[in-house]
Amino acid sequence: MLGFIIQRLLQAGLVMLAMSALVFLGVYAIGNPIDVLISPDATQDIRAAAIRSFGLDLPLWQQYLAFLGRLLSGDFGRSFVFGTPVIDLVLARLPATLELALASVLIGAFIGIPLGIYAGYKPESPAARGIMAVSVLGFSVPTFWVGLILILFFAVHLDWLPAGNRGPTAEFLGVQWSFLTREGLTFLILPALNLSLFKLAMMIRLARAGTREVMLTDTVKFARAAGLSELTILRRHVLRLISIPLVTVFGLEFGSTLAFAVVTETIFSWPGVGKLIIDSITSLDRPVMVAYLVLVAFLFVTINLVVDLSYALLDPRLRRGGRAS
Amino acid sequence: MKAFWREYRENWIAVIALAVVVLVVLAALLAPWITPQDPYDLASLDLMDARRPPGFVGSNGYVHWLGTDAQGRDLLSAIIHGLRISLQMGIAAGLVAMTIGATLGILSAHAGGWVEAAIMRVVDLQLSFPAILLALVLVAVLGQGKSQLIIALVAAQYAYFARTAYGAATAERQKDYVEAAHAPPLPSWRVVLRHILPNCLPPLIVVGTVQVANAIALEATLSFLGLGLPPTEPSLGMLIANGFQYMMSGRTWISVYPGIALILLIVAINIVGDQIRDQFNPRLRR
Repeated sequence: MLGFIIQRLLQAGLVMLAMSALVFLGVYAIGNPIDVLISPDATQDIRAAAIRSFGLDLPLWQQYLAFLGRLLSGDFGRSFVFGTPVIDLVLARLPATLELALASVLIGAFIGIPLGIYAGYKPESPAARGIMAVSVLGFSVPTFWVGLILILFFAVHLDWLPAGNRGPTAEFLGVQWSFLTREGLTFLILPALNLSLFKLAMMIRLARAGTREVMLTDTVKFARAAGLSELTILRRHVLRLISIPLVTVFGLEFGSTLAFAVVTETIFSWPGVGKLIIDSITSLDRPVMVAYLVLVAFLFVTINLVVDLSYALLDPRLRRGGRAS
Repeated sequence: MKAFWREYRENWIAVIALAVVVLVVLAALLAPWITPQDPYDLASLDLMDARRPPGFVGSNGYVHWLGTDAQGRDLLSAIIHGLRISLQMGIAAGLVAMTIGATLGILSAHAGGWVEAAIMRVVDLQLSFPAILLALVLVAVLGQGKSQLIIALVAAQYAYFARTAYGAATAERQKDYVEAAHAPPLPSWRVVLRHILPNCLPPLIVVGTVQVANAIALEATLSFLGLGLPPTEPSLGMLIANGFQYMMSGRTWISVYPGIALILLIVAINIVGDQIRDQFNPRLRR
């Protein structure tokens, strides 16, 4: 077991190293940031000084080593555009993205799972067919298009909800949150709904498939024989049995929710890290791009590691030190 | 083939979806001849006609059935040309990704050992990473342009094909007929090409259909974010992005109609793919 953990940790470390090199090299290949930062009529001296101050005159591998060293000490450098440390920039915007992602995951769970259970409980009913059609649309229709339609309908046509931006926030634990103010909440609804669409579709499918399976088992037969009401059976037995795979997928999905926030944040001008990365790509702000990508890669490696390790804890074949699959 | 079609015909939704796909492909192929206006020909545009609602009769004398955009471009023509570009990108990316993915998948199933471990480890890693982020990074790194975008789409999608081909090929590998085919002293690539590859094709075709739809959606998303094709190649995503700024002022048609065209295409391809998958799936056979 210990060997398995060490092996996985080493693997995760290697992946991170490869990712950081790839990101660094890849981002290095994009145009010359000096052209963007300095006006073309600056003197040669100013140019040279700027190149030196950003460390762009050193050989590539030295830049990478310096970058890696700084990375390990938590220093992601300064943004070319804002002139402030990147880590501050990302941290300042992270709560907005986390809040959005969390809200959308909650929507996905609290709407998707009941709908999915119903669709699995009565698979032939018209309502169940309708639910499944919605989930097919949720899978195939691009997020940005649904975002546009949401804005068009709720913000332009009905004028119920704001079309973008974050609105007022309130401080809690030193961080600004939208959900603490009533008005802030109205700004959160549309982007969260938009981002949750894919998760909603997935939760519906998973819950439906799980419920259909569980409904055929002896557990349900005996519960019915014991005279439990259908609602109690669904809540006590079905929900409990299907919750394990749902929770796993949830954990895995949280990372990709953060990634997909890029699109939603751009449409709704939500001031999170996703919007930051898009802005930094268009302005060639290298340090911000690198920091974002390394953080996302780290997040994914960590999530995968945790999932692998928790499977190892649950699966006795792995616990005895064997190999997966 | 005949039996396949007879079974397909039983699902009328899938038949309609197939008709939509065929129609769109035909329209895209014939775009230069059937559109009332060439959307790239700036000389034929008149700013007096800009942002007119659907049904407006333009200064050139013909009706703009779906209205015009900010440059006075006939939206119907722009959409058909946009579909052409979107389809091109989707099919090109899908085919290249399928070739690369299938080769890698079958190769690793056939070779086994460390080759198998290395390739499949990379593929699994990539599958756990959201495709959109990978495409975003690559587009940012490579810059804008058709071939760059195709590379980004392929890199984001080949892993699905590799997984599918690997799964199918490992299943075939263990069957007796492959064992038997290996018996005569023939080069093993012949066995792979003649026996394993054909048996991997059905699942690959199913994944391929869905991935073409995904590639179109991904391309539209990237173009919408301003990171896809350059403005000289207006795909559907860019048309929608261009109309976005006029939506607040009630000129909704500029983004809504290109969007409807996009959704119609994607959903139709998905339905066709689903139907083919169901027909290939022996468990669902009566």
